[in-house]
Amino acid sequence: MNLDFSQIVPSIPYIMKGIWVTLQIVSVSLIFGFILGTILSLFKIGKITVLRWLADAYTSIFRGTPLILQLFLIYFATPQVIGYDISAYAAAVLTFGLNSAAYVSEIIRAGIQAVDKGQREAAEALGVPYRPMLVNIILPQAIKNILPALMNEFITLTKESAIISTIGVLDIMRRAQIVQANLYKPFEPLIFAALIYYIMVMALTLLGRLLERRLSRSD
Amino acid sequence: MIKVKNLYKSFGKLEVLKDISTQIDKGDVVAIIGPSGSGKSTFLRCLNLLEVPTSGQIWIEEEEITNPKVNIMKVRPKIGMVFQHFHLFPHMDTLSNITYAPMKVKGINEADANQIAIELLRKVGLEDKAKEFPIRLSGGQKQRVAIARALAMEPEIMLFDEPTSALDPEMVKEVLDVMKSLAHSGMTMAIVTHEMGFAREVADRVFFLEEGRLLEDTPPAEFFSNPKTERAKAFLDKIL
Repeated sequence: MNLDFSQIVPSIPYIMKGIWVTLQIVSVSLIFGFILGTILSLFKIGKITVLRWLADAYTSIFRGTPLILQLFLIYFATPQVIGYDISAYAAAVLTFGLNSAAYVSEIIRAGIQAVDKGQREAAEALGVPYRPMLVNIILPQAIKNILPALMNEFITLTKESAIISTIGVLDIMRRAQIVQANLYKPFEPLIFAALIYYIMVMALTLLGRLLERRLSRSD
Repeated sequence: MIKVKNLYKSFGKLEVLKDISTQIDKGDVVAIIGPSGSGKSTFLRCLNLLEVPTSGQIWIEEEEITNPKVNIMKVRPKIGMVFQHFHLFPHMDTLSNITYAPMKVKGINEADANQIAIELLRKVGLEDKAKEFPIRLSGGQKQRVAIARALAMEPEIMLFDEPTSALDPEMVKEVLDVMKSLAHSGMTMAIVTHEMGFAREVADRVFFLEEGRLLEDTPPAEFFSNPKTERAKAFLDKIL
């Protein structure tokens, strides 16, 4: 073994710049995925059969195929199919947003449906219309079921974002690989990248625990 | 007033209610009794369309709620409902549980809604619990709050679905007392119950259901001493 971490020291700022790239892509996909996922979940619990079917089919497709394949389809096949030369950044955000929406919609649907159906009946019996019932009665209770699972999804997204390195986005992973190629040494830059991902995931985990504790205060 | 004509209800192949016709007049207190699985709760839940009848007609006051053109959301505020498992909103304190629907559905302002709620809490003996969350209340207290919540909509009819069945024995009386005073105030009430003493004392009429049929509609004194049907006799022999 000839480990020498001092060799990567000059490259540390270069790899660290990837944090910003990763964070940017993850946070935009997260917001995009959350909004789309919420809409899909409302379709799933709604009464309109066509929309319910559509949302189920959407989830089924995005959960049933590999993420990296979805990424390649959007990045490499978009220019071929519609003639638009999509940027790696846009392809990454689009893929992760669309993919995450499928999971988020399931998380929200399950969270809503886990609320005791008596709650809905009580509101209905009082004559409360559908929308305020959902917003004021069901969602505040569902959020406690939803939040932990949603946090998990965000963590997964952060880690999985490393595959965008395959389409050339200069995220943490990609930068670590470039340093590896320059130094002819894989271990040190990869370990350093792993450390960064781990710290990011730990930060998200802590944030999740804090939020959960806040929410459970009313119990 | 509630009028029911040729009511049928099936869940899949299982026919739960069979050809029920009856009328409950203003101020009537009806105890609905019968063996488990006889359709008592389903019958009650049909009266505010929590269960949609398979066929038949139901009128609340002058409105035929089984007519698809009638908006049930407009009729439900006239019908209060109390559930076996309370179904209080766990994320709201007692006061908000009571004021939520009057404010949201009837558009009453917060100050007035609060006043109504406090008055009702006093009526059910819980004025000191206004700021408590449901989790901190006993079963009997929860059910009294649930009654207050239903009353806050100023309903003309109150439906009770086994309101004391989930309570510890020592809490049954406090709930029945509230219901008793409600009955004496002239409220129209339909109560699915296993409390025979309460039915005998408070009800004007006893409905006896078995296998989805309304077998008896008899004043309680007569029902408990001399039921018309053999089935009611057999049922009473088992429980009394």
